[in-house]
Amino acid sequence: MPEPDAGVISQRQSLVAALRKLLPEDCVIDDERGLRPFECDGLSAYRSLPMVVVLPRDTQEVSRVLALCHERGVKIVPRGAGTGLSGGALPLADGVTVGFGKLNRVLEIDTANRCAVVQPGVANLAISTAVSPYGFYYAPDPSSQIACSIGGNVAENSGGVHCLKYGLTTNNLLGVELVLMDGEVLRLGGKQFDAEGYDLLGVVTGSEGLLGVVTEVTVRLLPKPATVRALLLGFPDNASAGACVGEIIAAGIIPAGLEMMDKPAIEAAESFCQPGYPMDVAAILICELDGPEVEVDELVALVGDLARKSGATTIRASTSEEERERFWLGRKSAFGAAGRMAPDYYVMDGTIPRARLPEVLTRIGELSREYDLPVANVFHAGDGNLHPLIMYDSSIPGALQRTEEMGSEILKLCVEVGGVLTGEHGVGVEKRDLMGTMFSEDDLKQQQRIKCAFDPDQLLNPGKVFPTLHRCAELGQMHVHRGETPFPDLPRF
Amino acid sequence: MADTLAPTDADGLADAVRWAVAGEQPLEVIAGGSKRDFGRPVQSAATLSLAAFNGIVDYQPSELVLTAKAATPLATIEAAIRAERQMLAFEPADYAPLLGTNDSATLGGALACNLSGPRRIKAGAARDHFLGVHAVSGRGERFKAGGRVVKNVTGYDVCKLLAGSYGTLALMHEVTVKVLPAPERTRTVLVYGLELAAAMEALGAALGSAHEVSGAAHMPAEVAACSAVSYVAGAGASVSAVRVEGFPASVEARCEALRELLGRFGAVEELHSKNSATLWREIRDVRAFAGDSGPLWRLSVPPASGAAAATRVADAADVRTLFDWGGGLVWLAVDGAEDAGEAAVREAVAAVGGHATLVRADAPIRSARAVFQPQAAGLAALTERIKRAFDPAGVLNPGRMHAGV
Ligand SMILES: Cc1cc2nc3c(=O)[nH]c(=O)nc-3n(C[C@H](O)[C@H](O)[C@@H](O)COP(=O)(O)OP(=O)(O)OC[C@H]3O[C@@H](n4cnc5c(N)ncnc54)[C@H](O)[C@@H]3O)c2cc1C
Ligand SMILES: Cc1cc2nc3c(=O)[nH]c(=O)nc-3n(C[C@H](O)[C@H](O)[C@H](O)COP(=O)(O)OP(=O)(O)OC[C@H]3O[C@@H](n4cnc5c(N)ncnc54)[C@H](O)[C@@H]3O)c2cc1C
Repeated sequence: MPEPDAGVISQRQSLVAALRKLLPEDCVIDDERGLRPFECDGLSAYRSLPMVVVLPRDTQEVSRVLALCHERGVKIVPRGAGTGLSGGALPLADGVTVGFGKLNRVLEIDTANRCAVVQPGVANLAISTAVSPYGFYYAPDPSSQIACSIGGNVAENSGGVHCLKYGLTTNNLLGVELVLMDGEVLRLGGKQFDAEGYDLLGVVTGSEGLLGVVTEVTVRLLPKPATVRALLLGFPDNASAGACVGEIIAAGIIPAGLEMMDKPAIEAAESFCQPGYPMDVAAILICELDGPEVEVDELVALVGDLARKSGATTIRASTSEEERERFWLGRKSAFGAAGRMAPDYYVMDGTIPRARLPEVLTRIGELSREYDLPVANVFHAGDGNLHPLIMYDSSIPGALQRTEEMGSEILKLCVEVGGVLTGEHGVGVEKRDLMGTMFSEDDLKQQQRIKCAFDPDQLLNPGKVFPTLHRCAELGQMHVHRGETPFPDLPRF
Repeated sequence: MADTLAPTDADGLADAVRWAVAGEQPLEVIAGGSKRDFGRPVQSAATLSLAAFNGIVDYQPSELVLTAKAATPLATIEAAIRAERQMLAFEPADYAPLLGTNDSATLGGALACNLSGPRRIKAGAARDHFLGVHAVSGRGERFKAGGRVVKNVTGYDVCKLLAGSYGTLALMHEVTVKVLPAPERTRTVLVYGLELAAAMEALGAALGSAHEVSGAAHMPAEVAACSAVSYVAGAGASVSAVRVEGFPASVEARCEALRELLGRFGAVEELHSKNSATLWREIRDVRAFAGDSGPLWRLSVPPASGAAAATRVADAADVRTLFDWGGGLVWLAVDGAEDAGEAAVREAVAAVGGHATLVRADAPIRSARAVFQPQAAGLAALTERIKRAFDPAGVLNPGRMHAGV
């Protein structure tokens, strides 16, 4: 992380006093006990106490806090529910953490335009709950959906098991209100389908709190499907499960969800919550289908056939909601189950081309033996997003470091086979130093120029995403070959 | 036009941009040229043709992704993926007839303009299917962004920014897009003779239902009369259309359910796959307004306000209208207004929210007026900073979107 600025820290008292002029007493936290709950996010291996925490109650307060910090050259770290898994909300010792706990209202449910307007602190699941009486839901459903905030979802472009069919956060947003670091309030998008001018909403989504602070979100709502059923499929090896995924897609089916678990993940889940998974198989697939009843029934039968042809030894189709939920139980508690297997676990998040799955799992197995760290794999198989869970014991000296090393090896492997470093959890501090494996220096500089357009002083969430910080003035310079060779070789006609 | 540069590889492309920067020679960027007259006329010294960047690089149907050189004609892409029973789900339009050109639309052009067809309401826009890019910035530097997989949050989503930037930020030379299985069958339920308000209510009811509607349009009588589909042209009245696609049994069942739902609004009829394809192509390409060259506006508004926006303009000028996206996309052909209807359109959009683009008008009108939606000061300033971040010397399609951008 960037070296904390001693000058800023020495001005802490005066900053707190200035913030207290903008916000009520209970919205500015500066005592150690009060700050402690904010010291980390879901990547709890990294911790740091923020200098101050503020909890604004409306957009104007956010704007005033940012303008004040901008004027004083103080850094800002936005923070939603703190469930992020890449350290995006990791505090800075010389920075102000802005929390959205008090911005937690659903402002409008607009059934005629099939959208809802919510504040950033509203929990993901709370949106679907609020709109459910009208027959709608909000599609992206991260496993953390009870807790994670929609503001955090926007910042991370979060996915979920249903994003195979319904898309990620970015595909389900219509607009946001955004406060820039200097306090300026902008509206990007609205209730219409597409952006005016440049798609700034698109680039803000997934920007990990580096471009602006989201103070209001307009999400698209979908009508609830008529029928939902799931299949539980067991396979003798990873390769045949992987092949079955390919067969399903080749048949023109885009399931609502298509998840895979390997043997260690199945065993962990079974001992944790007894979902009744088959124990004589090496891998399972959970395939969920939704839509009109005739379609779901037809496709359940079709997927069953494809699974049989791919060598499945267990084929169960849910016949009740209760059974469907039981199929999902083990998958949804996979992280918790891993937590039961070892004192600590580390969640990875790479994406690979689907077809490379068997080979990638084999190599992860080899790494597991080499590093002597057990790994359970859960996998959004439909879209190639892999979540290896590495189990370790942080009380053993050096264990965390070895785990991180092994994690890096896995992510490099993902890139090597044509995939990417992160499918949905973000770069944050965790994968920052691996960015160079995917991007050249020029690629990263062009991305940082976007940052400079939004936040030229780089005060918003610095130290995340980019391995090297360049000053905006330096990034803006251009070497012009005026008067030199006039490019005589350029093909013309 | 002094010069046409036609680089053949990415390094040549970078050279061309550096040449433009060094000589302060702004470039007009063209690929197929089909949408050249879309937007403000570019103030350029030279033309840069991307035509050499043609061909599919990698297509793996089982991965649902396709990589192609940016100026590959859409027709080439669509032929290749149709053979694998797949499609570009955002239904890119062919505006050549509308804009009076006969050049061919390219994949890069479709992405650069982020133009999406009727399926936008269900499957998303061009930008939602744009996964990765190799490009040259206005600084003459090569860069890439995104990747070749669907799920990716590694770094900023630069593809989104390039989609809809009309070639003003960077020159894309290779792009990766998501493809999806093509539907086996299509049905369209038609409702005849609805007044505007009732039509919008009917489309809303269909879109709010669980029947996974993938198209929802309304054609006033004079527009319906232009259709090549007899069930539509012969109506002698307005026609509202709702599309369902997918596996045969599911489509038949949803068609049946929609006939019942929409039967409450008026007389219904259905179109089978072939007729549906014809009708939705006409709606996608706005064929009803392709015959003439008068001013044509495209309004993107909250769907429930589409009718109100159109009515406001109609009160002030002579217009013909076509509604897509359940009312969220309004095409307005303005006849005989001196300002191309600009004042009325801007006023209507200001009242309901959203934005309007003057898609077609004579060049003098397009240079004199704001073709794209004028932006509020803060947004305009950020837009300019983004432009400078990619193209500090202003050599790429200067002025195409806004004066100075
Ligand atoms: C009795 C009859 C009724 C027709 N009604 C219509 C109509 O309402 N709208 C329209 O656009 N064209 C209709 N047609 C024309 C005919 O369906 C198309 O022109 C034909 O070429 C369909 O090809 P497709 O690819 O569109 O069929 P698809 O949509 O792929 O359908 C596959 C086949 O099933 C048949 N089929 C499915 N459902 C029905 C149904 N409810 N009634 C009759 N046949 C069905 C179709 O004819 C077609 O051959 C009708 C034809 C017949 C013989
Ligand atoms: C058990 C568990 C399961 C998970 N499952 C999934 C999953 O299935 N899919 C998935 O994608 N993720 C998953 N996650 C990761 C995490 O829940 C998501 O990244 C989530 O979107 C983070 O939301 P949050 O509110 O907790 O954000 P935080 O962790 O508080 O912050 C995340 C980032 O967003 C920024 N931020 C937060 N609010 C704002 C705002 N209003 N404006 C600007 N920037 C802001 C922060 O600065 C930070 O960079 C899981 C996490 C856990 C612990």
